[in-house]
Amino acid sequence: MAIILGLLTLVLLYIVIVQISKASDLIKSLRSGDEQGESFGNGALFTSAIGFAVLIYSLVTCYVYAPTLLPKPASEQGVWINDLINVTLLLTGVVFVITQFLLFWFVYKYHYRKDRKAYFFADNNKLEVAWTVVPAIVLTFLIGFGIQKWFKIFSPAPKEAILIEVTGKQYAWVVRYAGVDRSLGKRDFSLVNPDNELGINWNDATSHDDIMAEEIVLPVNKPVSFNIGALDVIHNFWLPHFRLMMSAVPGVPTHLWFRPTVTTEEMKRETKNPNFEYVVACNKLCGSGHYNMKKTVRVVSQEEYDKWFSEQKSYYYTVVKPSEVSANDSAKVVAMADKDKIAK
Amino acid sequence: MQTTTVTEPHVDEHVHIHGHEGGHHHTETFISKYIFSLDHKTIGKQFLTLGMLWAIIGGGMSVLFRVQLGWPDETFPILERIFSSWFTDGKLNPEAYYSLITMHGTIMVFFVLTASLSGTFANVLIPLQIGARDMASPLMNALSFWFFCLAGIVMFASLFLPTGAASAGWTIYPPLSALPQTSPGSGNGMTFWLIAMVLFVVSTLLGGLNYISTVLNMRTKGMTMFRLPLTVWALFFTAIIGVLSFPVLVSCVVLLIFDRGLGTSFYLSNIVIGGKALPYAGGSPILFQHLFWFLGHPEVYIIILPAMGMVSEILAVHSRKPIFGYKAMIFSILGITVLGFIVWAHHMYLSGMNPFLGSVFTLFTLLIAIPSAVKVFNWLTTLWRGNIRITPPSMFAIGFVSMFISGGLTGIWLGNSTIDIQLHDTYFVVAHFHIVMGIAAFFGMFAGIYHWFPRMFGRMMNDTMAYIHFAITFIGSYLIFWPMHFIGLAGVPRRYYSFNEIEAFAQYGDLNKLISVVTVIVFLGQFVFLVNFVWSMYRGRKATQNPWQANTLEWTSPIEGIHGNWEGDLPTVYRWPYDYSRNPDSDVDFIPQTVPLTEEEKKDKIHH
Repeated sequence: MAIILGLLTLVLLYIVIVQISKASDLIKSLRSGDEQGESFGNGALFTSAIGFAVLIYSLVTCYVYAPTLLPKPASEQGVWINDLINVTLLLTGVVFVITQFLLFWFVYKYHYRKDRKAYFFADNNKLEVAWTVVPAIVLTFLIGFGIQKWFKIFSPAPKEAILIEVTGKQYAWVVRYAGVDRSLGKRDFSLVNPDNELGINWNDATSHDDIMAEEIVLPVNKPVSFNIGALDVIHNFWLPHFRLMMSAVPGVPTHLWFRPTVTTEEMKRETKNPNFEYVVACNKLCGSGHYNMKKTVRVVSQEEYDKWFSEQKSYYYTVVKPSEVSANDSAKVVAMADKDKIAK
Repeated sequence: MQTTTVTEPHVDEHVHIHGHEGGHHHTETFISKYIFSLDHKTIGKQFLTLGMLWAIIGGGMSVLFRVQLGWPDETFPILERIFSSWFTDGKLNPEAYYSLITMHGTIMVFFVLTASLSGTFANVLIPLQIGARDMASPLMNALSFWFFCLAGIVMFASLFLPTGAASAGWTIYPPLSALPQTSPGSGNGMTFWLIAMVLFVVSTLLGGLNYISTVLNMRTKGMTMFRLPLTVWALFFTAIIGVLSFPVLVSCVVLLIFDRGLGTSFYLSNIVIGGKALPYAGGSPILFQHLFWFLGHPEVYIIILPAMGMVSEILAVHSRKPIFGYKAMIFSILGITVLGFIVWAHHMYLSGMNPFLGSVFTLFTLLIAIPSAVKVFNWLTTLWRGNIRITPPSMFAIGFVSMFISGGLTGIWLGNSTIDIQLHDTYFVVAHFHIVMGIAAFFGMFAGIYHWFPRMFGRMMNDTMAYIHFAITFIGSYLIFWPMHFIGLAGVPRRYYSFNEIEAFAQYGDLNKLISVVTVIVFLGQFVFLVNFVWSMYRGRKATQNPWQANTLEWTSPIEGIHGNWEGDLPTVYRWPYDYSRNPDSDVDFIPQTVPLTEEEKKDKIHH
């Protein structure tokens, strides 16, 4: 019933619009050919006003929504990207305001009048060259700025970087830290089974101290390097507060490294939000649970990180081959790994 | 005015063929005249009608998923009664949501803004503006429409499959689109999608080859390439882009069909689902993206070039001035066409391809801003010191320029690979491409429909309804898409069923409600256009022969639209199409292309 009533109201509304609109046709058809043109200028104020209203709206909303955007970049790389965005915003913003203003100003200023003659102006090579060359120079600057930072961001990770592997699957992130030996155990696709989804090669002793972590914990101001992959479909490892992302592609390993610069605690104060958390979200459509594929990231001081790291257990020695040894107990882990190797 | 004295042989032939048909209108049945017609004008109207139908379906889908995004916690039993298979407990299912966004994108990009934008205006305008009796091959032209229709039937049918329509996004990236176990929409829904797209490409090629050969071979006497209106230039390059890039989509799709059905591994490698390794090895999902975007990127120029061409023509006619920089406009179209082919990987900066490639594609991508800037400045200069008639077509053309500026400038952000690291696949991208290619192309299309409606139907569309339509659409589009820039800059990814699961993205509840409300209003506003369209077709003011006082040839063809376009000989062309206000002493501010040059004009170095 509600549907029918709604539709009826709509139909009535359209009928009213048609009836009102018929008047304009009637007036036009009453006019003789010579007078027909007189209404050609009528819509100028209307069009122009709409245009300027939208221009003002677009500028005002920039102020209104600026405070809701992401807080300051939480990584060194994020700062570079942020700077480039600010420069681009300034340049494109100026062009935006000038061109939109001229467009709607011309519409009003040069609207039809019976006594006006348009100015026959078909070509001007100087002007054409000007608006080819000026954008070219500005764009060259933006290209140079961008590419320079692009190569810095995708440069090889520093040797001292903490090595973490993240693997996307529907709809979760699997996180594996390299243990005390600072290297990740090798993976082999042929070893995949329900107990070993990643196909980690447990015969490779470097895997024995690897840690499967519930959350991503990073020490502040230290480089971290991520090996990114996916099991089933493409995902995207998106760290909004660090301004960084990289696709997680099955069969194609990808990498991303960065240096977090703001701890979670500092960001809580910065944003005045006691519940603030850094987050990893998926940013490539991966199925019906795509919108809820997240992982918490915690950036902490070096001491806190060391403490957290020391509490983590070797996955191999807790799950695969349980024994009383913690991952950070380097001497023991290495000794046991050596023993495993010899045994093999 | 059509004082042709000499006709070329190939023209004679057409006079013969079509003259014969034209003389025996009574032998045409309803079916041969309106359904299986070979007349380019009728085929153009068919594309337009079907396109409007698809636009209602595609736009309606956006209303449905905006309801979910605006009110994620509320239930809508009314909607569930209508769309029972997509709703559970009054809420849209995530699977249905993803099918809807996929189909919305596919329908809008391919069926509305590719097929019916080019299909309508290339068909209606090319023969009429170049002075030809019809297309080079009217049969291929008709087949183009019927393949489009067939593709649409298959695509529409997929909505009713028990497993739902395709739901991997309109870009259908594998492995999601290749493996039904990862998403129900990747079952039969995806098969239907792939078949429909192959049929669609057949339609595009039949049309495109026809448009190209018509423009090259069938121009009337005196119509040199540099006397073509910019609409024809734009449609010509659009067809070339389509012919060169759409076949790549077919190969892309066929390989995906093989992966899905024949166990090949073009796009698949090392896949693990539920702890089980699947027997695929050696493929690369990134290969798919390269093949897809090799079409997918030129595709956006296929969408926007016809709109640009029409806007150029309409702005010149209605501001009573020549288009500024006619040749610069042609060369910028050429520049966009060429550069458009070597920028595809800017959709893939973060796909895992080699970062070095990212820098190369940044370079070419930002370069494409130069011809785009030239076009914008030329449009502005065309308006400058004009005598601008504010009419429905010119309003929408001005709206197009505004949209193209807004959306084009954010392209400079996203085209820069470094900025893309932050903004890729966020709502900023949604805002950018909807404004620059969605809304702008729609504005171009509306401008074209309002402008050439009298040519197509012999009547004028109603101005008041057009004003209402313009106000709702222009203001509404900015209200919907402008704030999405901010949502994207706040990090919110696109293609999220709900923003409430991740706290960082949950702050825009009110804004999303507003966007959804405006979406409904803008959608209903389009029916003002539709009502105007249908009403004006039967009851509109009768159009005069040349209602806009334009120079181009289509306004010399008899208003009732005869088969063969001109009685007797074809018109001869003596000048370029933009002689508006050329003679300041004359009371008449336009000189049609069929008017011979005066002795003085012959001495003049500028255009003719």
